[in-house]
Amino acid sequence: MFGPVMWRFGGRMDPLHEVQRLQREMGRVFSGLEQPLNSEAPPVNAWVGESDIVVTAELPGVDPGKMDVSVVGDTLTISGTREAEILKEGESYHRQERNHGRFTRSLQLPFHVETGKVEAKYDRGILRITLPRAESDKPKKVPVSCH
Amino acid sequence: MENKVEYEKKPAQNPVEMERTRNRKVFVPKVDIIEAGDAMVMYADMPGADEKSVEVTLEKNVLTITGTVKPQEFAGRSIAYAEYDIGDYERTFTISDEVDRERIGAVVKNGVLKLTLHKAPQAEVKKITVRTE
Repeated sequence: MFGPVMWRFGGRMDPLHEVQRLQREMGRVFSGLEQPLNSEAPPVNAWVGESDIVVTAELPGVDPGKMDVSVVGDTLTISGTREAEILKEGESYHRQERNHGRFTRSLQLPFHVETGKVEAKYDRGILRITLPRAESDKPKKVPVSCH
Repeated sequence: MENKVEYEKKPAQNPVEMERTRNRKVFVPKVDIIEAGDAMVMYADMPGADEKSVEVTLEKNVLTITGTVKPQEFAGRSIAYAEYDIGDYERTFTISDEVDRERIGAVVKNGVLKLTLHKAPQAEVKKITVRTE
């Protein structure tokens, strides 16, 4: 009986429901989660642990030699080129949905990393970068003494 | 209001929409299809899938490509930021009958499936002589 329209326009408006809806919408605008995959910005996932951070990106069909991973300060940048298939004489596209060209993606990391120990692995079209937390950035445990 | 009773059967979608028993996200892989003279080459982006987890089936004239992807887990770390979802891949195409079923090539490299479908040699024209009895 009370469809979503009734909730919004009728007298039975639930403020909490409205706030949650607004939050969801704002989240969708700013999160970039719904951002379509384009050749300029491959989507990334980040996994944070106590001593390192793992960043993964889906980059199928990219020549590992044409990929660049660099870390400056606390910013990680992934860039590269995805080559398009070169059509020979007499060949034509029926469908072309996959994107190609240059891509660049920068990500600010939650802490400084040991730039010399960054590892990048490319397997099954997924780039995985492991960035160990810098020793100087690790939380220090302060012993509490009692007099 | 007139109470209408529908006796007519509803036509099924073609192909019939199927549900999976496993509760896992399924994505439609992006494909490029190139027509190259006597062959058709298809590239499908399936990051996370490899030659063991990709399946290609051709039943009658329905070509189905599926790829299963293991969810990523990194021990001792928790996901802090996610822009893409992980799931399986599935896509179905109807193809013409002229495909040579014995010569279908499928290669997976760097998360991309390359499928080569050759056209069947033209069916020989069989002439039947008609006689009188």
